[in-house]
Amino acid sequence: MKLPSLRDVATEARLLLIGIPVLLWTMIPIYHMFLFAISPKEDAFSGKLWPDHPTLHNFEIVFKQQHYFLRDFYVQFWNSLVIAAAVGVLTLVIATAAAFSISRLRVPGGRIVMNLALFTYFIPAAFLAVPMYRTMGNYGLLNNHWSLILAMVTIASPYAIWVLKQASDKLPVELDEAAVMDGATTLQIFRLVYLPLMMPSLVAIGTYAVLLAWNEYLYAFLLLSNDREITLPVALGNFLAADDSPWELLMTTGFIYALPPAAIYYAFRRYMVGGLTAGAVKS
Amino acid sequence: MAITLSGDQSIPAPPLSSRLTPAQIWGIVLLAPYLLVFLAFVVYPVCYGLWLARAPSNYVALYHDPIFARAAVNTLIFLVIGINIKMLIALFLSGFFAQQRTWIKWLSVVFILPWAVPSIPTILSVRFMFNPEWGMVNHFIFSLTGDDGPNWLNDPTVALTMAIGVHIWKSLPFWTLILMTGRLAIAHDLFEAAEVDGASWWQKFRYITWPSLQTLYITCTLLSMIWTLGDFNSVYLLTGGGPADLTHVLSTLGIRYLRLDQLSLAMASIVCAIPFVLPLMYFMMKRLSR
Repeated sequence: MKLPSLRDVATEARLLLIGIPVLLWTMIPIYHMFLFAISPKEDAFSGKLWPDHPTLHNFEIVFKQQHYFLRDFYVQFWNSLVIAAAVGVLTLVIATAAAFSISRLRVPGGRIVMNLALFTYFIPAAFLAVPMYRTMGNYGLLNNHWSLILAMVTIASPYAIWVLKQASDKLPVELDEAAVMDGATTLQIFRLVYLPLMMPSLVAIGTYAVLLAWNEYLYAFLLLSNDREITLPVALGNFLAADDSPWELLMTTGFIYALPPAAIYYAFRRYMVGGLTAGAVKS
Repeated sequence: MAITLSGDQSIPAPPLSSRLTPAQIWGIVLLAPYLLVFLAFVVYPVCYGLWLARAPSNYVALYHDPIFARAAVNTLIFLVIGINIKMLIALFLSGFFAQQRTWIKWLSVVFILPWAVPSIPTILSVRFMFNPEWGMVNHFIFSLTGDDGPNWLNDPTVALTMAIGVHIWKSLPFWTLILMTGRLAIAHDLFEAAEVDGASWWQKFRYITWPSLQTLYITCTLLSMIWTLGDFNSVYLLTGGGPADLTHVLSTLGIRYLRLDQLSLAMASIVCAIPFVLPLMYFMMKRLSR
């Protein structure tokens, strides 16, 4: 075994000098949230780095809905879940159909639609929110889950179509030709050839749409207002309405709310990184 | 029967269905759902919004509203200074994370967390950390110096800087990841050859990394600027636009007007940004649609 040379040690030290601040910068806000979640109120407010009496009592309060701000916790959690799932499914259906049509069937005008979709992708979300709010009012959808679902599908699908089109452009044309030779109909090609080959990109896009909808705050807070219709992030925002907000409960609920997306992200990381950055790097 | 006949005799204007192949008909059917969503939730809102903002009096009102001028300046600071700092850090860190070491691999898994978790709990966590009375930061300052720490979010400059910081915290991992993927795509033998020739790290960066990365870097910077215009959370959840409405950016200002039931003013403030955003959007669309 060779001893590390002085130069190797110096390189490692320099890397650590970058790595440690990066770790602290990343973790402090998240650790702070976790700390509040396991601290009794008086410990949380006293600025300790670790509570004297760590407890799961805050979680108990949240799960038993024992606070004014938490009385609809399960309903709101369920709302978030249903909306995220619906956005994921609808985005996948709409974007896959569109990408297949543009890329494989070469539908007339497909290129224009792709450009329009890309253009939508670049509209800053908060700018579109203002007219979207009024539009949903005109459609009579305000305070209805469909308003948020449709708004999020609108926002998620341009990127979804773009990524899926890029991926399907890479599939060889010969596959379609061979299937046509064998007498396959368009729908059979779509179902039996296209969908199985696109599976990794579909997983990436489905995950992307679900996370986007689950994490959305602005649109949810504009479009839904009734306590039993709102999603979890809006409920978290409502905590701030009171002067003496129960911050330890807010952070506990926030921690619970942040867990599913983190878990989904890590579960599908393999697909996410490959599927979502492939297009961006193409230069 | 009639259709088959007319098809056989090739009459000049056959019905649409016989001019298109079945595949093309399916193409239109499959594209229709997206087109419907696009028309109902993009075209209609945008046209309706522009129509609402048509009266010149809105723009006079905006011109006389000091909050609007302040928000425009804040937005500019956020974009020009904030985004460039963020992208420079991302460029630097992408080199760090491209190092082949086990502990750096693990660190990169943790590093992505701010991007993977929703913004509202983490931003509110930062907000409480800087609470003047009970926040962790001022407790720490008190235990070190015995003095009370500053009232962080009550100073507009500090508050805006912190909002930029929160934005960087949230989106830095994403851009670092993109730039790292770009770096890893550079042929490795270039670096080996440079190593043999005794090039310094700066020379390697200047003559190998940067030339291959610059298009991607500029694209990312522009894209990040466009998206940051729509970043409502970083400012709203941290400062709420305060103190005294001095830290608004255009995205929070639009929503503020909306909440005050001044919809046409909200739209007008957005319309003012269009001349700056539209060229960027057009450029990006051209780049990505190739």
